[in-house]
Amino acid sequence: MYQYDKFDQQLVDERVAEFRDQVERRLSGELSEEHFRPLRLMNGLYLQLHAYMLRVAIPYGTLSGPQMRMLAHIARKYDRDYGHFTTRQNIQYNWIKLEETPDLLADLASVEMHAIQTSGNCIRNISSDQFAGVAADEVADPRPWAELLRQWSSFHPEFSFLPRKFKIAVIASEQDRAAMRLHDIGIQLVRNEAGELGAKFFVGGGMGRTPMIAPEIRDFVPADDLISYSEACMRVYNRYGRRDNKYKARIKILVHELGADEYRRQVEEEFAHIKTLNLDPPLAELERITALFGEPAYDTAAPDDIDLSHPGFTAWVKQNVSAHKQAGYAIVSISLKPVGGIPGDATSAQMDLMADLAERYSMDELRVTHSQNIVLPYVRKADLFDLWQQLDAAGLGSANIDLIGDIIACPGLDYCTLANARSIPLALKISEKFADPEKQRDLGELKLKISGCINACGHHHAGHIGILGVDRKGVENYQLLLGGSGAEDVSLGKITGPGFDEDGVVAALERVTDFYRKQRQDGERFLDTYRRLGMEPFKEVIYA
Amino acid sequence: MKILTGNDLKTGDVTWWTGSSWSRHIEDAVDVGDAGDGILETESAAQRVNSAYIIDAQPSDLGPVPSHIKERVRASGPSVRPDLCIKPADPAAGNWTN
Amino acid sequence: MPDILNFRDRAPSEEASVSLDAFLDQSNANAVKIEPGEDARLLLPMLDRISLVEVSFPVFGDGRGYSAARILREAGYTGELRGSGEILVDQINFLRRCGFDSFAPQTPLSPAAVDRALSQFSEVYQATGDGRSPVWALRHG
Repeated sequence: MYQYDKFDQQLVDERVAEFRDQVERRLSGELSEEHFRPLRLMNGLYLQLHAYMLRVAIPYGTLSGPQMRMLAHIARKYDRDYGHFTTRQNIQYNWIKLEETPDLLADLASVEMHAIQTSGNCIRNISSDQFAGVAADEVADPRPWAELLRQWSSFHPEFSFLPRKFKIAVIASEQDRAAMRLHDIGIQLVRNEAGELGAKFFVGGGMGRTPMIAPEIRDFVPADDLISYSEACMRVYNRYGRRDNKYKARIKILVHELGADEYRRQVEEEFAHIKTLNLDPPLAELERITALFGEPAYDTAAPDDIDLSHPGFTAWVKQNVSAHKQAGYAIVSISLKPVGGIPGDATSAQMDLMADLAERYSMDELRVTHSQNIVLPYVRKADLFDLWQQLDAAGLGSANIDLIGDIIACPGLDYCTLANARSIPLALKISEKFADPEKQRDLGELKLKISGCINACGHHHAGHIGILGVDRKGVENYQLLLGGSGAEDVSLGKITGPGFDEDGVVAALERVTDFYRKQRQDGERFLDTYRRLGMEPFKEVIYA
Repeated sequence: MKILTGNDLKTGDVTWWTGSSWSRHIEDAVDVGDAGDGILETESAAQRVNSAYIIDAQPSDLGPVPSHIKERVRASGPSVRPDLCIKPADPAAGNWTN
Repeated sequence: MPDILNFRDRAPSEEASVSLDAFLDQSNANAVKIEPGEDARLLLPMLDRISLVEVSFPVFGDGRGYSAARILREAGYTGELRGSGEILVDQINFLRRCGFDSFAPQTPLSPAAVDRALSQFSEVYQATGDGRSPVWALRHG
């Protein structure tokens, strides 16, 4: 994975010093809250319902064992012993003190971590495929391109006061494991006829109030045009994105209002001009970064079979273990969704354990997924049983990846000032209701996503089943959506009809899943059956 | 009744206006009537509170109960982790979000 | 008239800048002020007669002026490029990198704070045309 050179380290250290000075000026009263707010947001620090919340960046979801141990240390030293892994591959701490934040950031900097631009109207953490580098179906590892973009976007002088936040995702396979089409800029690495690697650009996707799927804007951007082309996309947005209405300020609105053709035309015009300015790093820079993501020292003699005689272990292998490009190896997903557990939360002890397991079994590397789970990307098949036993003993062995028990839920009204309803208690109820592992396996792949408000941090538009919490005259109410997908078969969920209270939506969920089991054909997933039958039959069953 | 809530600038702790200072305990909160805006201006300027605002609340024997669920959660803590927050004096506060 | 914070070799212009509409009408004005929603490219045919472009920042969070500045510098404009309005010390670094060489902040800035802000970062990640070598250039000679 990427390692800082002296320049990267110096920039992060100087950023800590800058923020330390800004905090002092805020505490002395020299800086008002109004002027301080965008500065602290650009360092990931929110003022939330109960306290300050800090969002630490985990670039493209990749971190090392020592970095995970630091996250555990942060939880113990500066917070209340736990953290929450998010749908953008970051981690959040809910009980941070402003006066301690500079020291916290200094601790992070000591292991090449930061909270730079994880909030604010600027370019945010660049996300990627959690299986990057080890998936059999990728054309190349997308993360070097993400790292190049990360550096380019950090402290960008022209693009730090955009109309709104800006989210970029980079993948490198036809299968989309990162909801790439639902990002402001989504990039898919592809090869052209000459076999050269380039970036296919999709611009103008997003969820929230007006969900949209990003249209393709350019089918091939070569590596040595990547920065210039990205600058062109951003400059058109910075100049013409709406600033009059916060809810219409994302680039998806601009692309929609101009039309993809006109947006593309403006970008190409700007690109032709910017290309003359020599802003692109030489290919040697991408090569330097790519070399740091090189193939690890695989054990080429590692046995390729797994002993599946233990039923509990076998169930876990079936759900949580994915095929690896290297024979003898496997990709392991650790579920942070135990029955009755808060989705995506991990205690400092669990973080330490995962770091130890990564060191022992996964070449000291981990990933954070968009489903709020953790991946160990380099596990020898021969080690799977030992690994599973240790995970299971620590409450990290739930065999529910991509099943209904693998609920994605934003923090919701329990933590967030933006929320209209609580999402976690609903997730807990659903988790208990569907706790039976056999029942879950029978339902099969079913991505359930819950958001506590229209900002959609739970990605409810992209859930096979989505739930949106709303405020109905001061009372929590829940809308049900069906048929969304964040994968390459991207689609936006449709609302079924009137909303429900908490128990009502759980009951509706049961009716929906029971109906699916009766109607499914030929190994259809829930999503397939829904797409075949359409909304009407489901609506009848829900509102009977 | 109208009460004021904000955050301690340094620590981020949720605080409630008592009539003379900012307390971490909602049962200390007083009805500010129409005077809320003026108090907020003075207290914010003096840095004794950060990002404070006025909310509606119902009086009860054991202190004010916020009218909106969001502030009831603010006062009683994350409903899923009640171990993590200062709880109001009202023993029934755990039910404020039911 | 607020004090001008000046980074140019010569004294800042004392001309009153006219609005973009007025400037496009008049052939004798050489100081123009552009608002966030106005297109800096309209000035490109006339750069040689402009000695001052003032870019307005009515609110610091409206970042359109950063692009306007870069567009002018990229087109070869070498006259005074002044940021005016809500100019805060924590944006000075970004503003300078985009090509601004003078400022008319509505609230005066402390010179010490400005110096600190400008020397905060030893290196930069991206090229902006301000002449600083980005880190990738330092890495690869």
